Formats: sequence, structure tokens, C-alpha cells
Amino acid sequence: MALLPVKFDLKKRVKLAQTVWFMYWFAVLAGVLVLSMGLFFKIELRKRSELMDNNESHFLPNLLILMGLIACSINVFGGKVCYDSLDPDKFAKWKPMLKTYLVFCVGFNALLLVTAVLCFLMRIPMQFTLAEGLRNGMRYYKDTDTPGRCYMKRTLDLMQIEFRCCGNDNYRDWFEIQWVSNRYLDFSSKEVKDRIGSNVDGQYLMDGVPFSCCNPSSPRPCIQAQMTNNTAHYSYDHYTEDLNVWKRGCREALLSYYGGMMNTIGALVILVTMLEASVTVGMQYVHSSLCNLANPEDPESESEGWLLEKTVKETFTDIMDKMKSMGKGIKVEEGEPAVETVS
Amino acid sequence: MAVGKVTFSKVEREKLAEVLWLLNWISVVTGTILFGLGLFLRVEIHKWQEVMSEQGILYVPDMLITTGLAACCINFFGGKICLDCADTNKFLRWKLVMMPYIICTFFFTSCVLAGALMCYGIRSQMEESLFMGLRNAMRYYKDTDTPGRCNLKRTVDLLQIQFQCCGNTGYRDWFHIQWISSRYLDMSSSAVVDRMRSNVEGKYLMDGVPFSCCSTFSPWPCIQHHLSTSSTQDKQSQQLNLWRRGCRQALLDHYTGIMQSIGLTVLLIWLFELLVLTGVRYLQTAMENVLRLGDPESESDGWILENSLAETARSNFNIIKNLGKCYQVDDDPNINVPTQVQVPVTSYFVPETRTKT
Repeated sequence: MALLPVKFDLKKRVKLAQTVWFMYWFAVLAGVLVLSMGLFFKIELRKRSELMDNNESHFLPNLLILMGLIACSINVFGGKVCYDSLDPDKFAKWKPMLKTYLVFCVGFNALLLVTAVLCFLMRIPMQFTLAEGLRNGMRYYKDTDTPGRCYMKRTLDLMQIEFRCCGNDNYRDWFEIQWVSNRYLDFSSKEVKDRIGSNVDGQYLMDGVPFSCCNPSSPRPCIQAQMTNNTAHYSYDHYTEDLNVWKRGCREALLSYYGGMMNTIGALVILVTMLEASVTVGMQYVHSSLCNLANPEDPESESEGWLLEKTVKETFTDIMDKMKSMGKGIKVEEGEPAVETVS
Repeated sequence: MAVGKVTFSKVEREKLAEVLWLLNWISVVTGTILFGLGLFLRVEIHKWQEVMSEQGILYVPDMLITTGLAACCINFFGGKICLDCADTNKFLRWKLVMMPYIICTFFFTSCVLAGALMCYGIRSQMEESLFMGLRNAMRYYKDTDTPGRCNLKRTVDLLQIQFQCCGNTGYRDWFHIQWISSRYLDMSSSAVVDRMRSNVEGKYLMDGVPFSCCSTFSPWPCIQHHLSTSSTQDKQSQQLNLWRRGCRQALLDHYTGIMQSIGLTVLLIWLFELLVLTGVRYLQTAMENVLRLGDPESESDGWILENSLAETARSNFNIIKNLGKCYQVDDDPNINVPTQVQVPVTSYFVPETRTKT
């Protein structure tokens, strides 16, 4: 008992082949879309790889690029087969490989679905990468004379301005590191010496933030230094002042940016998977209807197309039996030389 | 002596009509491009409108928008006309409309040229507008509690960050104005009071700049205050700390660049429209001459002007003068002039009773 059988006459077969051919071209475009999304994501990761400590995983964008390329190629092949299916002579040369092609398509669709799920899950490892990268970035903020790190200050400043954020979790992260280079500290001053002496690591810590943390929407000029000292500034209370510097932490800002991007990509990949599944189903119907002509000599006769030749359960048991027999065949081959030597 | 006379055979006329139909459709596309360019320029000017003192600059994008819309409509209409002109019978339908259509096209083509020239000529007006606008914006920087000006601080800060500039001509412009609101000054402090007394207008002036002037290229943390006193850094290295360019120059360069590219595109569109206009004029004159000759299969002449330029100008001038004369009744020689010859009124009405003697 076939699964979802449908009767086809010549007209219906031609219509089906044309529709599936048309859908295959859409699927090629969808493959190009997946490829370009992978490229876009890769470029975005590269742009800010400094903030992720050059440690970010490019696994997901590489996978998307690969899936896009495979999708394009199998869809072009499928379109060609569909086009040829209207002509029995041309179709005859494709017939033998169609079964393997369809099995491969099913596998590919499953992989696409896995990729979509990965897009949504990728947020979690990214959180840790960003936390680590930002912490190190802030530590190297002052090293504008160390080769390899001299652009970290500029990168962090531009990022804080663009993403409207300050520090890792919030602006207080800047209080815990020395972000003013020793080159610009006057070591003969008493105030500097006191500050350096006041902590174990001998760092010049201050309750101030860089200028890129300043919020342009604040009604008063930016207070970047002595932020926790209410008396240092007129009419200032650092507990209630919330427009002075950006309140959001940069890790959260970057995570929501990349998270949004990945959610969109994941949603689009799910749509592409659905499209691919439907073209695979269409191709299966084309293949089965052309293989079961009532009169094999007459191309215009009626035929029946189906999704699966037997029911799901029977197909499953068939596959299991086939795998078992394949396994037995290998075992027998291995056993034979041993038998020969004994006798 | 006709200007630009060309002879057309029937086949050539049909070909010309087809080519013009295609060109008219391309013109519709260029009309939409013109409209799009005008819209883009309007949006760009609107973004930083708060730092421009006069809104007269908006007439450049408005001109481009209206001309673009007019181009779309006229060329859409023209495409239909040109397709019909291939056949003499259908041409009769449009005969009366052709001349006004050509005049309209000529008029709007000159508007396109005017739009292109305006793009290049507006630079000096824009510079003046930016100078006044930026000066006012900086003056109102501190007024974040005055309705209508409360967003100026944010606008100026974002402008300085985005365009990497500081002040009007340079960063020293900030030294001449009070950019810290009095709300945040401790009036009881003697330092503050001294500073405010030190100048005529009682303003709190300082040698410091807002944070948005800080350069991201600088290798050390930004020094915004006490800029006039040289501290541990030497004057040479101070150059990298703040943005050196003035915002007026930055904005002027930005807008000049945009308008020069737009102006060039509009000039190219104008040349294309001129080509279409010339083709339509030739088609119109050729078809009219065919009708005059009476034989649809014969050759006919097409021209740009029937007589030489001087004669055409003279005849047009006479037409305009005569148009004017219709409304000037006093100059008519037949009205209100006393009769000079006494006409014997009786000679026509006396019956023939006089006998011949």
C-alpha cells in the first residue's frame, strides 16, 4: 500500500514537471540566499574579531556557505532532470541515479534543519566569547604603543559610540582597570603616586570612564571623571543620574546585535528547508509517476505516483533488513579467509 | 530657409517613431531617477536642517522632484503619441496637441537644465547658511531645558562625532561661548563667579570643549579641558587629541560632493531629454509635411525651425504684439474718428420722382 498515491495522466504529469522545474529555480535562488547570508555573517564576525579576542568560531558561517553551495548545485541538477522528464528519451539516462539523488536530498534537508537549529543555539557560546574578548580588550585599551594592540583603543571607542554601550556589564568595569597609559601620567605628582600605591597591583585606578561612554542625549555636559563623588560636581547625584553615560553594557549590546542577526538567518534557513522539502516531494512524484507507466511502451498512458512505495513502517523495516544483510555480507567476507586457512 | 532640414522617407519616418517611443520610455525611467535624486537630496538636507539657518536651500531638491514628476508624465504621454505618429491616420488625432506638447517638453527640459545649474551654484548660499546655523546651534547648545532648542545639544554632539569635526571653523570657537548651562554651575563658588565676572557679558567661558570633539584616533585619553595651558604633553602631540576640522567645512564638503554628483547626473539626463525633444520635433514636422503633400507614401522634410532663427523670432514677436493689440481698443483706426467726407444721405433714399428734363 503506497503512501499518498496520486493518479497521473499525461497532461497532469507535464503540469507537475513544469511546476517542479519552476520551483527548482526558486530553490536555486534560495541556495544563493543561504550562501550570501553565510558570507555576510562571516564578514560581520571578522569585522569585530578584535573584540572577541580573535577567538570566535567561524563554524556556523562556514556551514551556511557550504550548505548554500550544495543547495545551488543539487537544485540546478534537479531542475535539469525535471526539464528532461518531459522527454522520455532524455529522462531515461537520468532514471538510474534518481533514487540515490532523492535519498541524498532527504539527507541534505535534515542537515539544513540542523543548521537552522544551530543558528538559534549559537548565541550561548557567543556570550562567553564576547565576555572574554571585551574583558581583554578593555585591559589593552591603554596599550596604544604595543604592536598588535595599538588599535584596540580606537576599536573600543568606536564600538561604544556605535552600539551606545559602556564597559562589559556596565560602566563600573572601567573603574577596575587602568585605562590611562603610564606614558601620560605625571609620576612626580603626589596624587598619582597615592593612587598607584592604594591598590595591590600598583595600577592607576580611577572612578572615571573614557569619553566614548558619554551619552549625547544628556542635558548637561558629560561627567567622565570622579563619577562616584557627588560633591565634585554641582547638583549631581550619581545614583539618580542616568543620562550621563550609556547604561547598557557592551556585551549585552553586541549579543543582542548578533543574536538578532542569527535569529533572522535561522528563520530564513527554516523557510529554505521547507522549500527544499517541497521540491524533493515534487521530484519524488515526478520520478514515481514516470517509472510506473501502465503501458511502458506508450509515454502517454496513465500512471500512479506516490510518496513512498510502501507504508512508512514497511519502508523502515525494509531499510533495517537491507542494512542487516549488508552487515552480514561484510561479516561473511571476513569469515571466509579464516575458513579457508583452517581447512 | 529651414533650420536643420532633413528628408525622411516613409520607412525612415516609421523607424523614427519607433525609436522615439523607446526613448520616451527610457525618459520615463530617467524621470523617476530625477525624482529619486531630488527626494534623496531633500532627506539629506533634512537630516541636518537644525544647523542650517535658512530653509531656502530646499528649493533645489523641490525643483528636482517636480521636474522628475513632470518628466515622467510628459514622456509617458509622449511615448503614446510617438507610437501613433508612425501612421498618418492616427497622427491626425494628435495633430493639434503636438505643438503644445513640444512647447511643454521644451519648457521642462530647460527646467532640468536650471535644476542642474542650481546644484552647482548653491555652494556659497549653503556656506553662509551653515555658518549662521552652526553659530546659533553652538550658542543654544546649553539650552537643553528651553522648548524648541532642547535637542540642539544632541544634534551638535552627534554631528561632531559623525563628521569628525569640532566647532564652526575650529575647536577654538567653543572658547568664545558658554556651553555649560547655568543650572550646573555652582554660583556660590568664587571660582565660578570670578570667571563670569571676567568678561563683559557675564558668561562662563572656559578653554574647554565638549566630549564630542574628542578624536578616536588619539592614542591617549581625551583632554577636553584646560586646552590653553600646555601640560605634560607638548603642543605637537596635542594635535591628535581633538578633531581639527571645523564642522562648517565638513558639512560643506559633504553636501558639495552630493550635489556635484547629482548635478552631473541631471546634466546627462538633460542632454538625453534634449535628444528626445529634437527627435519629436523632426517627427512632428515630417508628419505635418506629409499631410500637406497629401500622399502618405511620399518623402517629406523635417526641420527644427521652418524659417531661420531671426525670422522665427520676428514672426513670434509680431504674434505676441498682435495678441496684445486685440486688447487695446483705442488704437483701432475705425472707431471714434470724426468723418472727414460729408456723404449726402438723401441720394440713396429719394424715390425716382425727378424727371429728366
